[in-house]
Amino acid sequence: MKNRVRRTMIFLNCQRAALIKDAYIYKPDCVILDLEDAVAHSEKDSARVSLYNTLKYHDYRGVERWVRINGLDTNLYKEDIRAAVAGGCDGIRIPKTEKKADVTLVADLVSAAEKEFGREEGSTMLMAALESPLAVINAYEIATSSPRMMGMALSAGDFCSSMHAVRTPEGTEMFTARQQMLIACRAAGIMCFDTVFTDLDDTESLIKETELIMKMGFDGKSVISPKQIALIHKVFTPTEKELNHAIHVLEAVKESAASGVGVLVVDGKMVDVAWVEGAKRVLKLARAAGIYKGDL
Amino acid sequence: MKNALGREIPDEILAGGKEVFQGQHHRDGYQYTKDAPRIRANVKPKGDKVLPSIRDAIIASGLKDGMTISFHHHFRDGDFVCNMVMDEIHRMGIKDLNVCASSVGKAQNSLVSCIEDGTVTGLSTSVIRDEIGEAVSKGRLKNPAYIRSHGGRVRAIETGDVHINVAFIGASTSDAYGNASGKGGKSDCGVLSYATPDSEYADYVVIITDTLVRTPNFPASILGTNVDAVVVVDKVGEQSKIATGILRLTQDTRELMIAEYAAKCMAATEYFKDGFTFQTGGGGTSLAVTRFLRPFMDAKGIKMDWAMGGITAPMVELMHEGYIRKLINDQAFDVTTVKSVHTDPNHFEITAGQYANPFNKGAFVNQLDFVILGALEIDVDFNVNVVQGSDGLLQGAPGGHVDTSAGSKCAIIVTPLIRSRIPIVRDRVTSVTTPGESIDILVTDYGVAVNPKRPDLLEALKKTDVPLCTIEELRDTAYKIVGKPKELEFDDKVVAVIEYRDGTIIDVCRKPKHLN
Amino acid sequence: MKLIKSAIAGTYESSDAFVRVEPAEGVKIDLESSVMDQYGDSILASVRDVLKNLDVSGVSVAITDKGALDCTLRARVETAIFRACDAMDNIPWGTKI
Repeated sequence: MKNRVRRTMIFLNCQRAALIKDAYIYKPDCVILDLEDAVAHSEKDSARVSLYNTLKYHDYRGVERWVRINGLDTNLYKEDIRAAVAGGCDGIRIPKTEKKADVTLVADLVSAAEKEFGREEGSTMLMAALESPLAVINAYEIATSSPRMMGMALSAGDFCSSMHAVRTPEGTEMFTARQQMLIACRAAGIMCFDTVFTDLDDTESLIKETELIMKMGFDGKSVISPKQIALIHKVFTPTEKELNHAIHVLEAVKESAASGVGVLVVDGKMVDVAWVEGAKRVLKLARAAGIYKGDL
Repeated sequence: MKNALGREIPDEILAGGKEVFQGQHHRDGYQYTKDAPRIRANVKPKGDKVLPSIRDAIIASGLKDGMTISFHHHFRDGDFVCNMVMDEIHRMGIKDLNVCASSVGKAQNSLVSCIEDGTVTGLSTSVIRDEIGEAVSKGRLKNPAYIRSHGGRVRAIETGDVHINVAFIGASTSDAYGNASGKGGKSDCGVLSYATPDSEYADYVVIITDTLVRTPNFPASILGTNVDAVVVVDKVGEQSKIATGILRLTQDTRELMIAEYAAKCMAATEYFKDGFTFQTGGGGTSLAVTRFLRPFMDAKGIKMDWAMGGITAPMVELMHEGYIRKLINDQAFDVTTVKSVHTDPNHFEITAGQYANPFNKGAFVNQLDFVILGALEIDVDFNVNVVQGSDGLLQGAPGGHVDTSAGSKCAIIVTPLIRSRIPIVRDRVTSVTTPGESIDILVTDYGVAVNPKRPDLLEALKKTDVPLCTIEELRDTAYKIVGKPKELEFDDKVVAVIEYRDGTIIDVCRKPKHLN
Repeated sequence: MKLIKSAIAGTYESSDAFVRVEPAEGVKIDLESSVMDQYGDSILASVRDVLKNLDVSGVSVAITDKGALDCTLRARVETAIFRACDAMDNIPWGTKI
């Protein structure tokens, strides 16, 4: 299911038993079981076994399960991919992706693993994390590199340090990278995710940043603490006005299809078919937020 | 004989005329004549009541083998009084004593050796933890311990089920005539609520203080007219362990989530209106509920008439911010609260009897709208265990759990579904402290279950976005995640009797086999 | 699998287990658990199951369990065995574990 609501993807250290056992109770849209940065080098092997058992035995209750593998510059990622695919993850997040070849390398290993472990060919999705200037320049090439690609995510920490930039609350230093990645994702028809917000106590700035990226067009954000999930979901929840308008648009379209009238007027404004997609997206977010239970 | 909850109560426990538990209101309207202390009248003026030492007071009291003595726990983990008195009694070789305490734990660990050598052979308490809990669980105490709620303890004293011969009351300040208070001094504990019934019903009352003040020490929680002797010692307690510093509210996302669900549940009920009344426990989750109430009270433009119980800084802050009109205090947990109960005109000390005794003419618990409580275990009939760990060890407290849940209109249990690998919601609790009929809502991290006897609450909660489910579903979820726990094995030996607040027997605790 | 050295896995954190394995004659399991009375038997059964699946017949296992869920416990024992056999790559996912 490539096309679904993914407002939040929470990183969970695979090595921490207490953390991974039931993070689904916080109702993130996705979890990212992390084998990379969160795991100490000496525990990489242990985290992998823990990952496999978690995927195999824990019922995540519909929360999508992604695995962040170790970088392609390590000798760890191949076995990471085998464990993730054998366990039956929904997708693999590739860190530090810079070019198309990075994705195809992983895609080939995933194909082999799907075959080895008897999983449906092509069932494992991929997403790429862009963490460098080169990655941002190659955004479109990466976005279109494989039919497995579900989306791309930006990693601000690494990106800013290679840009010699300083992170600011307004995010001016991230603006072009965000915009460029977003354009690439939309052009390729895949989803687009923003970077993590690291100050856990500053909820006000988290909300501000989420509002910003939501308005820019991002689909969601990576998160590092369960307490950020509800806050982000709230930003992505349509207002009553937006919801009502979306319902009106879709109802009007339905009626016009039945009556054969081409031009629509909804809430006093002219509406054309291009609005339909947007209205559908609003309903989807409203449904995920639990404020819409209809079936338009 | 089986009681109303199907718990087997051995005949020897019922031998003295005790009844088994028959429902929370079984003894409504019960008539009795109160017990009374035997007074030694002070007709002739003798100057002050100060005696040179604890030993002199024990001698003057006429304490003998087989008698009952009492202690309170307002100095909490910083208490020196119980150990000082027990050490002296031990040296004097007095045996076979029955200790009626409001709580025993770390600070009272001298009781352990006294239990081992027969100085103490009986124990009644509302809290039992640490080494004493272990010793009693192992069956070291000669007679079964009586676990009584805060209200049940007062009831037992006032009916004469327990007759205290000598009460040893630690006090922050006292005058030479025994007007004593929890306020001021080197060991400031704020209030002396739990000691009041002891001072009124014990034959001989000793005040032990480290701060003697000029007469009269008013307002006094303990009246000098009830006091026989005053002993001044160096220190009655360790201030840092009596009242903790500023408690940081929990940052645990799980606890916060549970607390937010609980606040949403409260706000959805008909009782959530201007003038509502509220009590919450001292656990992280319970405390956090107060914080989540604020926006709901703002939205409805309502205030709370009073909050009661063990009071903590978040409550005091809510009062200062105008959300709570009055605070009713039976225990002051932190320095903010101790300070407030001294100075805030709308912050009042009450006695344990006013707080929770079911056998007076109506305690404050009967006027509670909401109470938020914890649980060690809860079964599918909503029966709660807060006394005995899932490993069979006595490590808990009925405290005011039993009293407030029985008295309030809406008793809410907040707990994670699973602790470590232990399922909290289960088929059967190790022992019952609070009957399921007293509990209305169970809030966990996995969902919220409403007691089927409250369809009205279920309807109200359907309007919220809290994840509703049945308690059986919660149990099944827990068992699916951790596996069904094996039933513990117990010896026949009863180590503790859990007395319901009205004096009937709700359950017994037996010695776990693994302690053999 | 045959153990060639002793190895450890896991932590002493709540909900985790600390496992030490070493080569031995036959199978010896030494268990200490915070939930011994309720789950001791089930833990031992899981450990035996893991050892059987990995064809380990000569091992001494010492476990300090802090209330780990079954799958965590299995993961820790498996990790310790793989480490003791120097077999951290090409793990038989899906067949033996």
